[in-house]
Amino acid sequence: MSPNPILFTIILVAALVFFAWSCYRRFSLITLGREENRYDNPGLRIWDMLLYAFGQKRVVQKPFGINHFVIFWAFVILLIANLEFIIHGAFPQLGLATLPASLHHFLLFAFDLVSVFTLIAITLSFARRIFSPPPYLSTQYVKARSPEAFLILAFIGILMLAYFGFHGAEIAMGETEAAPYMPVSAFVAQLMAPYPSLLATFAAVSWWVHAVVLLAFMCFLPHSKHMHILTAIPNCFFQTLGKANTQPREEFVKGNEFGVARVDQFTWKDLFDGYSCTECGRCQDACPATNTGKPLNPRQVIHAIKTNLLDNGPLMQAGGKPVVPLIGEEGEGTNTEETIWSCTTCGACLQACPVMIEQMPKIIKMRRHLVQMESRFPEELLNLFENMEQRSNPWGIAPSERTKWVSTMNVQPFEKGKTEYLFYVGCAGSFDSRAKHITVALATILNAAGVSWGILGREEGCCGDSLRRLGNEFVFDKIARENVKQFQEKGITKVITLCPHCFTTFKNDYRQYGLEIEVIHHTEFIDQLLRQGRLKLNHQVKELGNIVFHDSCYLGRHNDVFDAPRQVIETATGSAPQEMERSRENSFCCGAGGGRMWMEEFNGERINLNRVGEALTTNPDTICVSCPYCMTMFEDGLKDKQAGGVRVKDIAELVAEGLRTNP
Amino acid sequence: MLIVACIKQVPDTTQVQIDPVTNTLVREGIPFIVNPYDTHALEESLRLKDRFGCRAAAISMGPPNAEATLKKALALGVDEAILLSDRVFGGADTLATSNVLAAAIRKLSEEEEVGLVICGKQTIDGDTAQVGPGIATRLGFTQLTLIDRIEEFDPVRKKIRVRRKLEGRHEIVEAPLPAMLTVVRELNRPRYPTVPMRLASVDAEVKVWNNQVLKLDEQKIGLKGSPTWVSRIFSPEREKGEIIGEGIKDPKQTARLLVEKLLSKDLLSL
Repeated sequence: MSPNPILFTIILVAALVFFAWSCYRRFSLITLGREENRYDNPGLRIWDMLLYAFGQKRVVQKPFGINHFVIFWAFVILLIANLEFIIHGAFPQLGLATLPASLHHFLLFAFDLVSVFTLIAITLSFARRIFSPPPYLSTQYVKARSPEAFLILAFIGILMLAYFGFHGAEIAMGETEAAPYMPVSAFVAQLMAPYPSLLATFAAVSWWVHAVVLLAFMCFLPHSKHMHILTAIPNCFFQTLGKANTQPREEFVKGNEFGVARVDQFTWKDLFDGYSCTECGRCQDACPATNTGKPLNPRQVIHAIKTNLLDNGPLMQAGGKPVVPLIGEEGEGTNTEETIWSCTTCGACLQACPVMIEQMPKIIKMRRHLVQMESRFPEELLNLFENMEQRSNPWGIAPSERTKWVSTMNVQPFEKGKTEYLFYVGCAGSFDSRAKHITVALATILNAAGVSWGILGREEGCCGDSLRRLGNEFVFDKIARENVKQFQEKGITKVITLCPHCFTTFKNDYRQYGLEIEVIHHTEFIDQLLRQGRLKLNHQVKELGNIVFHDSCYLGRHNDVFDAPRQVIETATGSAPQEMERSRENSFCCGAGGGRMWMEEFNGERINLNRVGEALTTNPDTICVSCPYCMTMFEDGLKDKQAGGVRVKDIAELVAEGLRTNP
Repeated sequence: MLIVACIKQVPDTTQVQIDPVTNTLVREGIPFIVNPYDTHALEESLRLKDRFGCRAAAISMGPPNAEATLKKALALGVDEAILLSDRVFGGADTLATSNVLAAAIRKLSEEEEVGLVICGKQTIDGDTAQVGPGIATRLGFTQLTLIDRIEEFDPVRKKIRVRRKLEGRHEIVEAPLPAMLTVVRELNRPRYPTVPMRLASVDAEVKVWNNQVLKLDEQKIGLKGSPTWVSRIFSPEREKGEIIGEGIKDPKQTARLLVEKLLSKDLLSL
């Protein structure tokens, strides 16, 4: 039916013009952002888009996500129905009825069914928001029970009801021959049958309600968080291919600005991310900072960027200056410095986001500004930065002490041709008295397996991981260049690292400096040695008791090494390790990443205590780690919890235990 | 008004060794740093620049490679950096050094009034703490040592009030300008250079003044002008420690033994 094509066409054109204008206003702001190439490898991008957007891969990882899956696909299917509705409304001679009957009937059947599912899903969403909204649905500025959320849900619900309303009336009036294919509408028709005089009015009113709500929904979209309906799919297309585990290089020439302090210093994709956020809160639910009462909430960072763009963008387009600061005092559209420094760069937010928004890299971009343009950072970092630049290690210990651990064993320097692998010990493994035990354990393992390896000794420098995550790109750049030059000059092609931070830096960050070498973390390497039979243990390690394994963020989530450490533990002890509730890609940070290792933790609960508490629920005798930072955080946390009976061991130490002949 | 910070490039002492034959520091392959106390002197000159609009200059006497130290000062924000470098300045003790630095400051004051000279309280290589006072004496400036706080600075009325950090007490003194301060670490937290300033410092000029500029009597500078005579430098032998008690097996007893030991050596009284 089409009650009044002329009136409808007038309203339709007005709505379309408004929608187009709104979209133009919003999307033109994106062009304020800096250039960034997100068009390479279109085949892979399309695949990712199909997987994450249309397959809703991450959405359904939470049980209630299935509800969204239903709504999403209903939306896609009903898009056909609604397009037809609009076309038919304006041009009554066009419509589905012109299709072959079988197809027409199939579509009507599908629409009927899908509309019922949608109605159920919308009811569930309503109920969830009213009766038991999960805590992560709310932030300071966006609430779970916001009028906006209910308005959108109401719009969708009304659309479904109106759909059944006018189709039911049509059937009751006998105006359609398709009634047998529309079971729900036919049921509605039966309910209306006793009131024949009202049918025509009811049909017309339902039709107009449907028309008006549909167009209102469209007009409202670009002005609401439900803009994700327009942006989420392209956002999945434009996502970082692979993992967002590095930051882009900066070009250090005079006149350049470094980092981000104004919204237009972000790239266009950073700004597009803001438009793609639906405020689902999954990032804040996963974030170790948010979870322990820090001022950082990754969702709010994205919200701030979006709000800031909407407030400042039009002014900046007109050549004016921004009025809302991007970094400053607490306020909507502004990130506080404390927020920016609270991030452990663990990547939990990146892992959680269903539409592949990249929260953490934006935080690092803002850190870059604070450190490099303003020299503003927590005072604990001053020593770190000076020590890194002066002595290439975080503690400022004399480089000559890098080789102190060697005194207990016979170690060769790396020499091309004579040694196959470089064992890159790293700063923790060289200087930290606890971590030195890991170093010795790993060296023992390498020797036992007959691996040809050497070290750089005093010539070894810091990899610069903390500097890069803290936004001190200038000094990182210097260190990276020196290390890459050294690796190339010495002909190093295979590196074993003891620390996941060195591992990710060499493997992913140094690639930007042209270093393409084989980088392997010791957990993977030990796993290989055991599989190949090159490493044979002298006894099965039972003396460490019940073992729970903690995933390091930079080994696990950022580099997908999940199975190797578990496999090693199983081989060495004869049984798989205990798992914490948050494990593998959903592991919870120890609190030391992103340079947080070197900062005080003033707000809320300490992150390491939260994690240690979780580990203790598995009643372990030993907590097994694969990172010297995690080691420190767990040992400190256990002391705080007075859980002195529980040990912390690195995977290498566990395996070295099995090499002992007299356990 | 010009404020002059005197800074020195020193070897990173954590990495220093002494040549047992020549009794001198082994300088090969050792990285250099800005003398840590001097970084506080530099910072204070920059703070006074920020607050009172004075100009800040950094001067350093040393070999040509000491230019790196002055570049750092430029990156931090000094307006002028001058390297005093000449073979005839070499081998100087504290007296000869203060002669050269004083002459340079005198030359600077020909262009602009020097209100304050700030030095670190001592260097970590020589550790004499004599050069600052030597400069003050040679210039006839008020000498204010071991400053941990500037209470008041008045460039108009030419007055300064400072707090000296002495053993177990503080002393607040007021003096007329021009004055020379030597400063301790507690005075301030040095700033960190911004990247744009670092990049600008790469091309910024470090002026080099040799003795043709300063025109000092060669008998008063360098080795010839140095009455100090080093007979021997050596690393002091440190007594080896001992392990007492049973460690964690009996912590109470170990702690008791430790306290007894400390008391017997009189290490717990103030």
